[in-house]
Amino acid sequence: MDIISFVKRVPTTTTIVSIKDQQLDPQGVEYVMNPYDEFAVEEALKLRDEAGSGSVLAVSLSDGAAQKELRTALAMGADEALLLNNAEAGNIDCMTTARALADSIQGRNFDLLLFGKQAVDRDQHGVGPAVATILGVPCITEVVKLTVEGDKVIAEREVEGARETLEASLPCAITCQKGLNEPRRASLKGIMAAKKKPLETREVELAGPSMEIVEMALPPKRPAGRMVGEGAAAVPALIDALRGEAKVL
Amino acid sequence: MSDPATPRAKAGFHELDFYGVQDLLTEEEIMVRDQARAFCGERILPLVPAHWEAGTFPNEIVPELGEMGLLGPSIPEEYGGSGLGSVAYGLICQELERVDSGVRSFASVQGSLVMYPIHAFGSEEQRQQWLPKLATGEVIGCFGLTEPDFGSNPGGMRTRCRRDGDDWVLNGQKMWITNGTGCGVALVWARDEQGHVHGFLIEGDRPGFSAPEQKRKWSLRCSVTSELVLVDVRVPESNRLPNAKGLKAALSCLTQARYGIAWGAVGAAQACFDEVRRYCLQREIFDKPLGAFQLTQAKLADMASEITKGQLLVWRLGRLKEEGKMTPQQVSMAKRNNVAMALDIARQCRSLLGANGITLEFQSGRHMCNLETVLTYEGTHEIHTLVIGEAVTGLAAYR
Repeated sequence: MDIISFVKRVPTTTTIVSIKDQQLDPQGVEYVMNPYDEFAVEEALKLRDEAGSGSVLAVSLSDGAAQKELRTALAMGADEALLLNNAEAGNIDCMTTARALADSIQGRNFDLLLFGKQAVDRDQHGVGPAVATILGVPCITEVVKLTVEGDKVIAEREVEGARETLEASLPCAITCQKGLNEPRRASLKGIMAAKKKPLETREVELAGPSMEIVEMALPPKRPAGRMVGEGAAAVPALIDALRGEAKVL
Repeated sequence: MSDPATPRAKAGFHELDFYGVQDLLTEEEIMVRDQARAFCGERILPLVPAHWEAGTFPNEIVPELGEMGLLGPSIPEEYGGSGLGSVAYGLICQELERVDSGVRSFASVQGSLVMYPIHAFGSEEQRQQWLPKLATGEVIGCFGLTEPDFGSNPGGMRTRCRRDGDDWVLNGQKMWITNGTGCGVALVWARDEQGHVHGFLIEGDRPGFSAPEQKRKWSLRCSVTSELVLVDVRVPESNRLPNAKGLKAALSCLTQARYGIAWGAVGAAQACFDEVRRYCLQREIFDKPLGAFQLTQAKLADMASEITKGQLLVWRLGRLKEEGKMTPQQVSMAKRNNVAMALDIARQCRSLLGANGITLEFQSGRHMCNLETVLTYEGTHEIHTLVIGEAVTGLAAYR
């Protein structure tokens, strides 16, 4: 089973966001592997090991800095990694990203492409389906359970109030949702071993952007709370406020 | 930014890195730190307050500590370690102590005070016998040097070893020994009839050896502290560390452990600072955040400055160690400075948290209590003062 997992370097979800020049101000920001991509890497390793043969390639497009995230994938157990570099990669739309990723794996055999369902920085949800479309393979999104049987996959996904089970033939693309698995941690031995695994770096051209960021603004500050009274005596006023102002009762 | 996708993100710790010290680390060191940070934050931290309250060590995490490679990580791979560099090892200590000084103490003793001397001074058989099992946590080790009446002056030790045919017979008592009770192996230092100090590996079930736990501590409550009692404990010559020559060998182990403590203290200070900085932004008093008051800002500014200095001190110390240039006096400076710094910050943070600060819902009070021990053990603050004093004057002032 040959699997390609795609990995994005994103700010940690505890980042204190500030904006500079219509972008996230990188000052003091810590970066990690996109948490949803951890599910994709874990699933790739699991399926490879279950199959007993094949390899896992981790691919990332970044402005040059994502080597650490790829090394983390290697430390978790991936066999090789491919780092695509372009100085503009931090600010491009998902279609442009998808084109670069799809180009990078042209001519390479694969059974499965695994993506996180979204990257937690831009939240576009688009790269996985777009790569699948470009390559002409089926794509099942937001998968919470995945089984490979012969030359097909059976994937389960949560939909509003129900669980849907889908089948697709290999090769295909899957985007991974929380619940699919519990990503392993890279052990220190894994980290040391990752140093010796192949990591190819390639400069890539990017197609012209199909959109641009016009403005980036922080959400408005939440208004301060209001005390309606204290203890049991405050209950009538609270109910009035919930009915009249908040209109939640 | 969207909601945290995995529990991994919930650790929610924000490190202060005012001087971009991270840029001085290698990619591998950052990976080691991040993996240790995630493991400590998600797996260990949630267990700590209840264990601290109960006065128990979280034994359930030991196999995972081993699996992650956090026990004796600097030991070569052939003996079950990861062959990690000194800065990476320091970063692990920092992350462990960010969770709790007792947890870091466990790992320091196992790695620096048991695995290090077995690797440095042990025979090949001893290395093969013990190191892999210590690395996985299957065997827990302890280090017996301090005695009831001899702490800062270990040279006065009363524990005796006597040669008897092919065996040695040990008698004496050790005190304040981390990981003693229930240990699989104790490295015990004893003086022979000629006055030479030797190190012995004593299996936990050796007849005559016992390790009653010392109770009623209000510090390092997540760590097992024990007395070691040796009554005619008979061990073969093959249990003696053949290459440990005198008290110097024992003291060199302490230099290793102290090195980790200097890093660990930065972690404890970071935990307190992060907790309190958030609190100061959320907690309102007189209609504005606590952090908007000048008195608060003065405290936060002092803390941030001291943490930054401490970070740079251990970073440089780590690089010196990797280059083989580190001196015990430099380790004394880092241990002394960083532990006192962390203790002071923990106290300041406890105070800024007001009444909340005295509960186990917050970390600072727990760190404050723990750090009182860290200030005293592995060379007291005062002894390290004299070590530095001697280094800069050439005059020893110990007695």
